[in-house]
Amino acid sequence: MNQFFTVDVLTVTVASGIALATPFLLAALGETIGQRSGVINLGVDGIMLLAAFATYYTALRTGNLLLAVLAGAATGTVMGVVTALVSVTLKAEQGISGIGVYLFGLGFSALLFQKLVGTPLPIATLPPVGIPLLEGIPVIGGMFFRQSLLVYLAFLLVPVVSFVLNRTTYGLKIRAVGENPAAADSLGVSVARIRWSTLVIGSTFSGLAGASLLMYGGIFQVNLTQAEGFIAVALVYFGAWRPVGVMGGALLYGLVGVVILTWKSLGIIPLNASDLAATAPAVITVLALLFLARRFRQPAALGRPYEREG
Amino acid sequence: MHRHPDRKLSLILPAVLVALVAASCGGSSTPAPASTAPSPSAAAAPSTAPSPSAAATTLKVALVAPSAVNDLAFTQSMVEALNSLKGKYNLEIAVSDNQFVVATAANVIQTYATQGFNLIIAHGSQYGSTIQQLAPKFPNVSFAWGTAGSTYDLPNVFAYQVNSNEGGYVQGAMAAMLSKSKVLGVIGPIAVGDAKLYVDGFCAGAKSVASSISCIPVYTGSFSDVSLMAAAATTFVANKADVLTGTAQAVVGAIGIAKTNNLPWFGTQWTQVSLAQSNVVSSQVYDWAPIVEEILTDIQGGKLGGTTFTATLANGGAKIDFNPGFNLPAEVKAKADSLIKGITDGSIKVPQ
Repeated sequence: MNQFFTVDVLTVTVASGIALATPFLLAALGETIGQRSGVINLGVDGIMLLAAFATYYTALRTGNLLLAVLAGAATGTVMGVVTALVSVTLKAEQGISGIGVYLFGLGFSALLFQKLVGTPLPIATLPPVGIPLLEGIPVIGGMFFRQSLLVYLAFLLVPVVSFVLNRTTYGLKIRAVGENPAAADSLGVSVARIRWSTLVIGSTFSGLAGASLLMYGGIFQVNLTQAEGFIAVALVYFGAWRPVGVMGGALLYGLVGVVILTWKSLGIIPLNASDLAATAPAVITVLALLFLARRFRQPAALGRPYEREG
Repeated sequence: MHRHPDRKLSLILPAVLVALVAASCGGSSTPAPASTAPSPSAAAAPSTAPSPSAAATTLKVALVAPSAVNDLAFTQSMVEALNSLKGKYNLEIAVSDNQFVVATAANVIQTYATQGFNLIIAHGSQYGSTIQQLAPKFPNVSFAWGTAGSTYDLPNVFAYQVNSNEGGYVQGAMAAMLSKSKVLGVIGPIAVGDAKLYVDGFCAGAKSVASSISCIPVYTGSFSDVSLMAAAATTFVANKADVLTGTAQAVVGAIGIAKTNNLPWFGTQWTQVSLAQSNVVSSQVYDWAPIVEEILTDIQGGKLGGTTFTATLANGGAKIDFNPGFNLPAEVKAKADSLIKGITDGSIKVPQ
């Protein structure tokens, strides 16, 4: 165990954990916004897959990584429109329609990959960007302040989303629609418009999550996400619909995953326990979820399409 | 009772979304790159499947595989083998790739069995139980599956496996010679089958050159999680590993880390040069063509199964493909050549 507690190993372990947590954080933040307005979007994973492919294909064709990330975000936006149309305007059962969006994303991204790319080729990834002064801080600098721009963006969005939800009129309307849409409606708040906006914004975040996942490995593969979008949905419950809590869950999941890998590579975890250890991030997160989730109440109108009485 | 006018549409639309997926989700049954997909109209009862002698001019072969046909790994190795034999045996080939869900794959295999295919290759050890159940129902159809060593004593089942530890041993020895830090990064999916054989062979080869070298494998627990493989490679690099290898289709993520850090990479299952042209030292390439050719010859002769084949360096079923784009020191290449020669002629026994 001593070899784990060295500056070099700890620095890279934490830095990798933060990078690995980023797709979860972006997707879960987006889902938080949607759920606070009363809409569950189970299509997050499919949206991430489509966005990851859009990012990959754009980078492959143009070599422009910024454009590629924007393509991923835009794909999320488009899928947000589709999701809002189905869930809000057409008032479909949100769980079923979300699974439909997920399956569409899974299948269509695979189809596009096979037809447009064929043999996978690696792309350049977003390079780490050091923050002046901060990156020079011993240990801390290497852990936190030498990451890619998408990592910084994800963590900057935590206070931004928190502020919007808790300190702005728009946030108040989101919360009102999520708790009591009939009351919000009676006060002149357009429930449909608010839910449309939260789904489009949330799905754009999912698009960024897909882009960040793609940028981590630098290559696309069928079912690249490995159900990360569903884990992101679970992290919203873990975080009790609060951006800071969601960030904590994402960091826990990412860091535990990397610590396990590091312990395996150092021989701390024996080979015969390797497969069991691979389940640790999920098990720990579920246990924490069981402990924490009971302390908080979900938005009262979560998952219920709104229909005006009369 | 109030009834929303869009209610019907709201129920239909999710179903339509799901239906849209059916065309492209959960694997594809495709003629590309080497296939002719079975036509539903060609469906026939098992008893009407053509006898081997009737198929002397054209052999219909179906491949069911867990990953994509272009995965640069396990599935692609079999696709390329079938393509190479297509002309010689006048093969009519159908491929269903991305069949990672065994239950779905079982349906696909059964469908092929009822459509007059002479040989159905279930390319994955996870399909074993399916083959064991289906083969007795279709006695006129030949099944092959691997990597595995058992035909279940069924007369219409072939099995095939690969001694991936042999190529692993050669590449491990090269890795130890290239490593300055004497720490190797070895990444696998799950400690089973040819993945475990390769990893064990790699470390045995490395220790044959430098007994104190660090060669601790990390099994991520997934064959397909690209980012987890990339994370594993990153942790190895952090732990001073300066040569990396890995097995499973998800290694593309780890290869990206090798490329980013400009470290040597050893591949297996198929050549991975296209992913990192200046980093891939060599790849152990599975060449299933000799085994498939023996199976086809047996089928033409009326023998539908009962044999287990093993691909080795000696019989050409596994080969070391050196990357001319990597500047390999002469002494390392000479060591590799001598090991290949020794394993091939039997003077070197690679531990299992």
